[in-house]
Amino acid sequence: MDVILLQLLNGLDKGGAYALIALGLTLIFGTLGVVNFAHGALFMLGAFCAVTFNKFLSLEKVVLDPTKTTAWGTPMEVRTPYVEAYLGDFGAWVLNYSVPMSILLAIPVMLIIGFAMERGLIKHFYNRPHADQILVTFGLAIVLQEIIKSIYGANPIPQLAPSAVSGAADVGAFLGFDPGVIVYPFWRMVYLGFAGLVIAAVFAFLQFTTFGMVVRAGMADRETVGLLGINIERRFTIVFAIAAVVAGVAGVMYTPILPPDYHIGMDFLVLSFVVVVVGGMGSLPGAVAAGFLLGILQSFASMNEVKAILPGIDQIIIYLVAVVILLVRPRGLLGRKGVMES
Amino acid sequence: MTSNPTPTRDLAVFVIFAAAVLTMPIWLAPIGAAYPDLLQKFAIYGLFATGFNLLFGLTGYLSFGHAAFLGVGSYTAVWGFKLLGMNPVPAAAMAIVTSGLFAWLIGYVSLRRSGIYFSILTLAFAQMSYNLAYSVLTPITNGETGLRVLQSDPRIFDTAAQSGGPLVSTLFGIEMSGYPGFYFCATFLILGFLVAQRIFRSPFGTMLRAVKSNQNRMNYTGLNPRPYTLAVFVISGMYAGLAGALLCITDPLAGAERMQWTASGEVVLMTILGGVGTLLGPILGAGIIKYFENIFSAFNEHILQDIFSFLPEALQGPVVSISGLFVGEGWHLTLGVLFMIIVILLPGGIMEGVGRITSMVKGGSRKKHQHQTAPAE
Amino acid sequence: MTLIRKPLSRRSILRAGAAGGVALATPTIFTSSAWSAGYLNEPTGSTVTLGFNVPQSGPYADEGADELRAYQLAVEHINGEGDGGMLNTFTSKALKGNGVLGKKVEFVTGDTQTKSDAARASAKRMIEKDGAIMITGGSSSGVAIAVQSLCQEAGVIFMAGLTHSNDTTGKDRRANGFRHFFNTEMTGAALAPVLKNAMGEGRKVYHLTADYTWGWSQEGSIQKYTEPFGWDTVAAVRTPVGAGDFSQYLTPVLNSGADVLVLNHYGKDMVNSLTQAVQFGLRDKQVNGKQFEIVVPLFSRLMAQGAGDAIKGIFGSTAWNWSLTDEGSQAFVKSFGQKYGFPPSQAAHTCYCQTLLYADAAERAGTFMPSALGAALEDFEFDGLGNGPTLYRAGDHQCFKDVLVVKGKENPSSQFDLLEVVEVTPRAQVEYPADMLGGELGAYNNGV
Repeated sequence: MDVILLQLLNGLDKGGAYALIALGLTLIFGTLGVVNFAHGALFMLGAFCAVTFNKFLSLEKVVLDPTKTTAWGTPMEVRTPYVEAYLGDFGAWVLNYSVPMSILLAIPVMLIIGFAMERGLIKHFYNRPHADQILVTFGLAIVLQEIIKSIYGANPIPQLAPSAVSGAADVGAFLGFDPGVIVYPFWRMVYLGFAGLVIAAVFAFLQFTTFGMVVRAGMADRETVGLLGINIERRFTIVFAIAAVVAGVAGVMYTPILPPDYHIGMDFLVLSFVVVVVGGMGSLPGAVAAGFLLGILQSFASMNEVKAILPGIDQIIIYLVAVVILLVRPRGLLGRKGVMES
Repeated sequence: MTSNPTPTRDLAVFVIFAAAVLTMPIWLAPIGAAYPDLLQKFAIYGLFATGFNLLFGLTGYLSFGHAAFLGVGSYTAVWGFKLLGMNPVPAAAMAIVTSGLFAWLIGYVSLRRSGIYFSILTLAFAQMSYNLAYSVLTPITNGETGLRVLQSDPRIFDTAAQSGGPLVSTLFGIEMSGYPGFYFCATFLILGFLVAQRIFRSPFGTMLRAVKSNQNRMNYTGLNPRPYTLAVFVISGMYAGLAGALLCITDPLAGAERMQWTASGEVVLMTILGGVGTLLGPILGAGIIKYFENIFSAFNEHILQDIFSFLPEALQGPVVSISGLFVGEGWHLTLGVLFMIIVILLPGGIMEGVGRITSMVKGGSRKKHQHQTAPAE
Repeated sequence: MTLIRKPLSRRSILRAGAAGGVALATPTIFTSSAWSAGYLNEPTGSTVTLGFNVPQSGPYADEGADELRAYQLAVEHINGEGDGGMLNTFTSKALKGNGVLGKKVEFVTGDTQTKSDAARASAKRMIEKDGAIMITGGSSSGVAIAVQSLCQEAGVIFMAGLTHSNDTTGKDRRANGFRHFFNTEMTGAALAPVLKNAMGEGRKVYHLTADYTWGWSQEGSIQKYTEPFGWDTVAAVRTPVGAGDFSQYLTPVLNSGADVLVLNHYGKDMVNSLTQAVQFGLRDKQVNGKQFEIVVPLFSRLMAQGAGDAIKGIFGSTAWNWSLTDEGSQAFVKSFGQKYGFPPSQAAHTCYCQTLLYADAAERAGTFMPSALGAALEDFEFDGLGNGPTLYRAGDHQCFKDVLVVKGKENPSSQFDLLEVVEVTPRAQVEYPADMLGGELGAYNNGV
């Protein structure tokens, strides 16, 4: 029982991450009709916002100490972070919370990046074939990750969760189990909550604001909305920027779970497309549902008991589900009929 | 294709193409590409891209899992060596048959959907093949190390003299490595080109183009497009399988990474870079990407300093460090930038660029004619 | 010979080239002397070319960059530039700082991308186009084995870089291939006694293993050497390479009853699985009345940097660490640190040593011919390269030297000072019979 609960928790946690990435991808596809292969790169850029913020905070005052020497004979460098040097305890506190605080940096940065990407590149591809969109955004993704690599190197750069939530939480005790039976990393719980919050915010925005209404109308029938004299193009720019922000903050919060490197976006790319397709192209609730579903399935498929019956199932379960869904219900779990069905 | 293809024109193109391929060791020498391994890769990936273009260029079905067939072809060929002996012909034949069967299976399922759903289905199948080859199927694929021919393998048709010799594929006593290997691959490339050309011009090819331009209309006329698309999918898979086999014939090792989605993506990039739906484009695209991968990645600071040594000292440093971003370990950056430029400015790939230049030279009367890359779905 | 048949074809191309009137554009044909050579790519001019085949893109790019730095340093030292580094401490004094056999050493580089296909393609380019006489480098066993067999077929020497699987000099050994780095067998033999002392006998072990040859090899070695003192395997779970998020493999560990977790991962996988295991609170757990422990059999300082604080107190093994105080290590750290501003990694160390060893063997053999040069390396005893007295065993072309058992340092004094050497396991303790791992060296191939 506890094993099942743990894997369920794990699946929800994975699902939260998948859903967040797929959400932005679907938003872009549903409104703009663009297949954005650079979406993983946006996630990666978000993660590197956290890295940059942390690097900036931990900028060090370097003093050469002539009394000590390094193993290769040059004077030893003594390093103290400026924040700590000048702000004392408060500085240390800021440094401790650098990951959640870098969201404040990531939001404007990702807005600008999203805005620039849409105006500068994506805009010109609305009426081009999907293959062209895939290729140009794929090219962009490569360029972005190579730039990051030339700045930060190829190795993963660890980011720490705030010390208050860095350990493992005894979830089981909270639910009335024996203590120590169901423990789960605190930060992953935070991530799950955060994912839920962002998803709720995006839905609320689309559901309860006039802007969101127009966007939803545009998703359903772009031409008619255009005929009504509404400047749908400008709204698309904002939608794209929002999607970039969602991907970016998802990346920021993921850094304590997975130390980011330049390739982290590509690793998520294929998976996020599968999630979107399983959920139904252009369906936001579908993307969220599929994200959680695939997360949970992947978690359970990795259990030793399951693998004993079906060896290797943990490696292919996601693709297997995608194949089955596409054959049985081609529009995806919650997709509307006719979208991309040709 | 600026003018209507005629049999004479086709023949001329074919002859020129064959001559160009066979003389590659000469005219590629000045750019440092005339060494056997890279020439073999040009021929093999040209063949792979040609096959891919038959599917994508004619029907518009964008497969994102073509590398799976390349991988299956490779594994089959190496198993052919292991069991039957080092003759390349049975290995290649087996690879074509197996990859054809595999393509038929995947195609039968995947072609029930079109557009991006088809792409995701093929991608899913390829990723499953890759993940399984890497882990559970290790007894067949030898996992990450890759499948190789060993001295202890049965190789039943090998003569005693061969069985003690080096483990390289041999045809009539000629080892299929180095330049002989290149000519062997080049022969298949030329044959593959010929077959592709015939398909392009045949009623079958016309039918496939009809699938691309308007499947609904085709359905209304009472024609079921499925058998045609499945047939071309299988043919395309066989091209990939043959390419995979040739990889192993020139170098008897089959690794799982040949089946990864990035490898599938590579052939898409080759085709689009060169020009979708053109006969020569994919081969050109394959050549350019392989050239980048092999030559650009090898530039290091020393070579750059040599190249820019004509510059004054003060300028040399910055120029070397800036250009250093794009070569050596940064060759992916060049690739990414190149793609973006091509896709933004020349949607029809390099062949469109060539076409534009030609028509400009001729007076630019047929400008409008070029823009024919129809949507993928 | 085999893969590269230059003699005949080159000449026929020459004829064709002359006929085509483009011969002037192909000067390499005239400078190449391949058809007069006694062995492939015999250097006839005043220089000799080595091929450095390292990962420049992909997950091991940083390690590859460090390897390349070491190679450049080695070339400088062999050519008599710089301070000479470990040439001064190396017990063999054949190298005089004037290149090798009077020829200046030059090099070409290539990107393995940590993929067998790409690595073989770039090695072939260096052999066929650039005339490299030797190939070295790499940061993965799969790639090392693939390139080694290529070099065997082509007829050049392969000096393996960082490759830790038993297979490289075990069942996939080749006459033309040589490895200076250690392997999982030695890791098991060196690590087990330390683990026994630190964690006690009779423990329940859970293995998470990267699903490929190196992972299996590592898992087997740890089991083999810890079972005698009662470490039982509760479960050995295979994880896909590059899984990224290991949480679904870590959750079952929590209540499995195991009290030791062995992470048979390397590179990015190791960084991720270790960080996540720590986040799962495994290190704070008490199981079976014992403190829960994590073991990472193969450590590298570059990886330790990626894992951050998670590495503290974790046991593992490594080939070499820059904090060693012997003369050779210090000389190497000094010249590397002065040139680049930071200390070398174990990958850099093994690559630097391999280059010196190759050059030295050529000097002693008086030729670059693989068979003669290989014979000079076989059963070669040396010291002064940072690992104590070392033997290049003839039976499997594997180096035998001391192995370091290390622990993540609790209070690092600098950003590079991450590993603390717990024990230098003497060579005698990690030796094993040459035929134990199977495999057949075969005969040398000179490529003609």
